[in-house]
Amino acid sequence: MAIKVDHELHKRRLSRNIGVGVALILFVGLVYGLTVAKVSDIYKPEPTRAEVSQ
Amino acid sequence: MSDASIQTTTDTREAGFGDYFALLKPRVMSLVVFTALVGLLVAPVGVHPIVGLASILFIAVGGGASGALNMWWDADIDRKMRRTQSRPIPSGKVTEGEAFAIGMTLSAMAVVMLGLAANLVAAALLAFTIFFYVVIYTMWLKRWTPQNIVIGGAAGAFPPMIGWAVATGGVSIESVLMFALTFAWTPPHFWALALFTKGDYANAGVPMLTVTHGRKATRAHILGYSLVLAVVAIALGLTSIGGPVYMAITLILNGLFIKGAWDVFRRDDAASDADTHTAERGLFKLSLAYLFLHYGALLIEASLKPFGLGGWG
Repeated sequence: MAIKVDHELHKRRLSRNIGVGVALILFVGLVYGLTVAKVSDIYKPEPTRAEVSQ
Repeated sequence: MSDASIQTTTDTREAGFGDYFALLKPRVMSLVVFTALVGLLVAPVGVHPIVGLASILFIAVGGGASGALNMWWDADIDRKMRRTQSRPIPSGKVTEGEAFAIGMTLSAMAVVMLGLAANLVAAALLAFTIFFYVVIYTMWLKRWTPQNIVIGGAAGAFPPMIGWAVATGGVSIESVLMFALTFAWTPPHFWALALFTKGDYANAGVPMLTVTHGRKATRAHILGYSLVLAVVAIALGLTSIGGPVYMAITLILNGLFIKGAWDVFRRDDAASDADTHTAERGLFKLSLAYLFLHYGALLIEASLKPFGLGGWG
């Protein structure tokens, strides 16, 4: 017979693991977004002479 | 592992994610996020939305981390005060060592990441805020002087300045006055609370003004700071981020606040006890709306500017 391990303690441990996992995924996503934003800022195309003269 | 080794009793030392999140003082964090966001949005320079979002998040994490370090250091007095007994450390859900580790790690991460996302001025201001709140306020002044609230208020006043620095990369009269607004607001806000939460701080041995100098002196201090607050709030309205909408709101709110502080000043404890501290509770509630509406008014001024409205023209 399988041992039922769904104790309250396991629930708390699971919530902690999921919480930390989600926080890490969000952090990675944020750093990726930041990198894209910073890089696209640096490599913004220079305005053409016609745009400048306007 | 045998079946017999399976733990069947509830281990109160094992924390859930919510317990760690509670270490970061989410309610204080919401004020930090709001004021930092206003500081960022009212600045004359725009930032990339992702940079802005990340910066606000790292400011919030830095503020939360300093809250965790505050709970680590203050665990002994948190156990004695009714208001704080359910916090993660006094309730036995998180150990003091865990709170310290989380606080230090998140502080370092928040400062470094804010430096990378925004600029070094913003990162330095965040680092100073954490240092000020944890070392100057929590470790040094809180248990030593009845002016603890006044000085501690500075830590809570930095976020709009950091938000401004994220956008502009510097400090200016506008950001200093936003700092001064929250700084001057904190003492009357907390002392109004202390007037109707009797005994809690005295039991923990924290020198609140109500305990060391008496309640009469506290009432006088509230009135004094309300006048200082009005001057600061009006001065902020005269800068480039103020305008007619802000000025109208600040005049009404400061009129109400000074009236409330005057009512609190005129009463004695007998009158206060007789009506279960109605005036003190009223002033405390007003103080909550006061800060929110002032920063809200700054936001309205900033959002009107693209339409040629807002500001002093």
